[in-house]
Amino acid sequence: MEAMSTSVPIGTALTAGTAGTAGTAGTAGTAGAVGYAAVAAQILVVVAGAPLLTGWMRQVRARLEGRAGAGVLQPWRDTRKLLRKESITPVGTGPAFRAAPALLVATTVVAAALVPLLSTDTPVSSHADLIVVVALIALGTFALALAGLDTGTAFGGMGASREMTIAALVEPTILLSVFALSIPAGTTNIPAIVSGAAHEPARLASPAGLLAAAALAVAVIAETGRIPVDNPSTHLELTMIHEAMTLEYAGPDLALVELGAQMRLTLLLGLLSSLFAPWAIATSGSWAALAIALVAFAAKVCVLAAVLAAAEVLWAKVRLFRVPELLAGSFLLALLAVAASYFLNGAGS
Amino acid sequence: MGLLRKIRATGRVAEPAPPRPEGGVLEKARELGGSAQVRCVDAGSCNGCEIEIAAAFNPLHDAERYGARIVASPRHADVALVTGPVTRNMAEPLRRTVAAMAEPRLVVAVGDCAIDCGEFAGGHGVEGAVADVVPVDLTVPGCPPEPEAIVAALRRVTGR
Repeated sequence: MEAMSTSVPIGTALTAGTAGTAGTAGTAGTAGAVGYAAVAAQILVVVAGAPLLTGWMRQVRARLEGRAGAGVLQPWRDTRKLLRKESITPVGTGPAFRAAPALLVATTVVAAALVPLLSTDTPVSSHADLIVVVALIALGTFALALAGLDTGTAFGGMGASREMTIAALVEPTILLSVFALSIPAGTTNIPAIVSGAAHEPARLASPAGLLAAAALAVAVIAETGRIPVDNPSTHLELTMIHEAMTLEYAGPDLALVELGAQMRLTLLLGLLSSLFAPWAIATSGSWAALAIALVAFAAKVCVLAAVLAAAEVLWAKVRLFRVPELLAGSFLLALLAVAASYFLNGAGS
Repeated sequence: MGLLRKIRATGRVAEPAPPRPEGGVLEKARELGGSAQVRCVDAGSCNGCEIEIAAAFNPLHDAERYGARIVASPRHADVALVTGPVTRNMAEPLRRTVAAMAEPRLVVAVGDCAIDCGEFAGGHGVEGAVADVVPVDLTVPGCPPEPEAIVAALRRVTGR
């Protein structure tokens, strides 16, 4: 929960810098009760929906593989069971190992409150800067990598090293691909980008928008540890990336780590859908718009997750040494998107 | 796109779920509530049982539909599936694996060798049956046991 108290001042500080150029970002005036409800709904839908989304993806995969599947509620059953189990602190582990699960979940909760998943008009939307959100996601990754190192096992260190290699390539790609969208909007404030795109869909159909969408999609797949970068259901330690860092967690700590990973998947898929399919996201403070946004969010994320699950059945994991090539490719796409966005928008006219 | 056509043409291969196994859910496993993470330990098996365990998780038998899932670490596991007579070299790793699992934990001995050393009883490298090394909660007899029997044992753990 430390992250909750420390990250908000960072957010204010950063957005204070961009506020001069924000212009349209001043939506946080009189959001009122609906705004607070939207923030609460965003957090609730990410926390409660994340295990269901993972269950849905496993179910889609199971059906495509000809299996019956355990049902969409299975991740919730796993979490419930893990919370009831005994907690284990391995010999030799320190504060990094103990704090990481809570930090991972806390950073994701803060990011879920900031990103305009349901509404662009919330009391916190003026703090929802792109750099803050990416930093929060990176903080969670970093905490887990430290925890992996802290266990002192060979696989923990190996997983941490791999995760940091990928994170170093992925975070700039996420930043750059969203910068391509922030050039026409004139701000890095995510709610302002989303509400701008919702009112002016032509921005997204531009070459810049399409390139940025492709780049961000690859970055999201890499960041959430899905095929072709990492295999979330592998049992082979030598091929693991994310899983290798969490091998020593048990019981309630493991429940938090798994919930955190599932929440990040939901959040990043939600970010992708908010940025590139901003339809039906509430841009005003009305209850009806919020209800529609909730249904639309669930539908968009479920479709994206089903596409990802189907792609995982068709693709194979790429070799670890090929992953940087894939990520460099997505970085290049993001760079092209920024260049295209800059020049096609009349060089900052 | 050939794979997509294959997926469509194959459809569902999982067999209809057989009725719940006799004996109901184990008392100790009640707390797990329909979810069991499984760690397989080969304590000296001839690999016959491993092939049958792999078959229990294939699309045909699909043990995963009852809430069982194979995991990579004993820390994540609720159930240890132990196969084979316990050899001298595997006795200590087996003890440590079970000790690394968080309570409530169960040990399932799979195959005749795991239950009474089977063909290998009295061998110079054999320490004893699984029950001589760690406490066993459930046994699956057979040499090797059929995948259906392994699935039935896992269903008695998950209760589904």
